[in-house]
Amino acid sequence: MGCLSWFNMVEILVLIKQVPDTNAKIEIKDGKADLSMVKWITSPYDEYALEVALQHKEAVGGTVTALTLGPARCDKILKDAKALGVDNIARIDAPEGYLDSFSVQSMLAEACNSLGAEIIYCGKAAADTNAGSTGPGVAEKLGWPSVANVTNIIFGESSLELMQPSFEGQAKIGVNLPAVITCDKGMGEPRRANVKGIMMAKRANVDLIGVETVGGNTSVVGHASPPDKPPGKSFDGSEHVSTVVKLLRDEANVI
Amino acid sequence: MSEIIILAEVINNTLKESTAEVVTAALSLGGNPILIVPGTSPDSAASMAATYEGVGSVIALQDDCFSNFDSAAWCEAIASVAPPGHLLTSSSSMGKELAARLAVSRNSTIIQDVIKIEGSNITHPIYSGKAHETVSLNGPSVMTIRSNVFKPSGNGGSASISNVNTSSNLRTSLKEMVAKASERLDVSEADIIISGGRGMGSPNNFEKLYSIADKLGAAVGASRAAVDTWEEIPHSMQVGQTGKTVNPSLYIAVGISGAIQHLAGMRTSKYIVAINKDGTAPIFRHADYGIIATWEEALPILEQELGTLLG
Ligand SMILES: Cc1cc2nc3c(=O)[nH]c(=O)nc-3n(C[C@H](O)[C@H](O)[C@H](O)COP(=O)(O)OP(=O)(O)OC[C@H]3O[C@@H](n4cnc5c(N)ncnc54)[C@H](O)[C@@H]3O)c2cc1C
Ligand SMILES: Nc1ncnc2c1ncn2[C@@H]1O[C@H](COP(=O)(O)O)[C@@H](O)[C@H]1O
Repeated sequence: MGCLSWFNMVEILVLIKQVPDTNAKIEIKDGKADLSMVKWITSPYDEYALEVALQHKEAVGGTVTALTLGPARCDKILKDAKALGVDNIARIDAPEGYLDSFSVQSMLAEACNSLGAEIIYCGKAAADTNAGSTGPGVAEKLGWPSVANVTNIIFGESSLELMQPSFEGQAKIGVNLPAVITCDKGMGEPRRANVKGIMMAKRANVDLIGVETVGGNTSVVGHASPPDKPPGKSFDGSEHVSTVVKLLRDEANVI
Repeated sequence: MSEIIILAEVINNTLKESTAEVVTAALSLGGNPILIVPGTSPDSAASMAATYEGVGSVIALQDDCFSNFDSAAWCEAIASVAPPGHLLTSSSSMGKELAARLAVSRNSTIIQDVIKIEGSNITHPIYSGKAHETVSLNGPSVMTIRSNVFKPSGNGGSASISNVNTSSNLRTSLKEMVAKASERLDVSEADIIISGGRGMGSPNNFEKLYSIADKLGAAVGASRAAVDTWEEIPHSMQVGQTGKTVNPSLYIAVGISGAIQHLAGMRTSKYIVAINKDGTAPIFRHADYGIIATWEEALPILEQELGTLLG
């Protein structure tokens, strides 16, 4: 880090989302997923995104802001992020319930703009939607390049070198800032908060970001549990392997 | 009649078979299907795509940007030729990223991993398959279609092909290929997967899985416990919540307990076989065929039986 780097502070933004614990059972009540009993956590890939954002700052300097869009219960994951060492925490207030990709991405992109972001990190997919739409969508909205599913990064002052799995193997990709990067597992285990961090986070303020509410163009009809599979056949002992092989051929027709 | 745009999945100018399933999904929406085939030299992929039954016309979209995947450039090229209407493509990781961009550029919503289309009601899994969500469309949308769900379209068609050239700027640069993809099939590409878990005891024992995979033309996957415990088992093999989501015809889980986060990645497999020494392991509740046995006993027999059957 040169002595001039304070001069040229990069605004690092990390998008994090609160999702039901991945162990939670999703109950369906009156045709809708009932989340009233679930435990809420930071979406697992967002923990990697946070780790990467903090490593970016450690490598070249800058300010890290964690941003979420959601109701007040989401302040918990922002405080958790603060305890890990992000500088600022911010939330776009949004009601409980369904928002489609168009409204989420429009509002996140506007907030990223108003916060002056120069690099945006997010998870490769959220544990609730499993979509992987937000990173590339926000990038398109901002007119920025994006690189998805990144597993390793070398940080430069105004560019990044990224490792990304491609259909031909591992690719090393170069990109200039501003850019959106979606993070896969790879940059080491996400750090854990220490006591000092946790104490500091308790007093931290969540900045509420005002953006215009953007409506979507889909609405939810309902949720359902996936259809139950018929009970399988179970065999005790390796002598039944040949039976299973026959079933795979004659009953299932898959080999 | 409104237009339905199908974006073919093309890798290195080769048309992927998943495109035939996207055609079927698109036809169920009703409308005039236009198929876009992107490539640096898309002609042969386009002639193949033109044989899909029900496709009205094919656009062979030539652009040098298609040499390397760069979602911004690809989106720009495709957006410049795609008329308004619903747009559908495959839900590969590239397909999903590109579709997300295209949705924004068309001011519409993206619905990923679609498994059912009924009029304007679209169903897709959420919470890693623990629930299905049905949304209703109030306008044109962009969708990615989960593989192995829709029947592939037949190929007795003969759509007309038009050629379009664009030149979009890559916003990212490929510096180098650091590692070549292994000769082995990737789990996300495979129709049969055999995965090993911590119960395999050591990474060397995965050799047993590889030799069975070779017989079946299968890919080898792993649980997170296997990936985290053994350096030799790369994360690219991991199936589950923080690994890959797969949807093969046959998934064989060996020495895997069946934790909810593992199920998240493979529960929609058409057939699941479990080999585990513990009859109470949760994986058995999801298996079509369960074998309570150690892998040490079961795998040699499996290999031998497959040898006899498949030669
Ligand atoms: C946020 C989060 C994300 C996660 N993401 C993933 C993910 O993507 N993928 C994933 O897989 N897990 C994931 N996990 C971890 C998951 O919870 C389990 O810990 C993991 O799947 C267990 O792996 P396993 O079944 O191989 O190991 P174990 O649970 O240890 O099971 C080993 C099994 O092998 C059997 N066994 C032992 N010896 C033999 C033998 N000789 N022959 C036959 N069977 C034998 C045992 O009976 C046992 O059932 C995640 C967890 C969290 C919290
Ligand atoms: N409401 C949200 N608030 C903040 N970040 C989000 C939100 N939704 C999605 N993201 C980010 O985008 C990633 C991918 O989400 P998705 O496109 O829903 O799979 C997540 O891992 C987050 O990093």
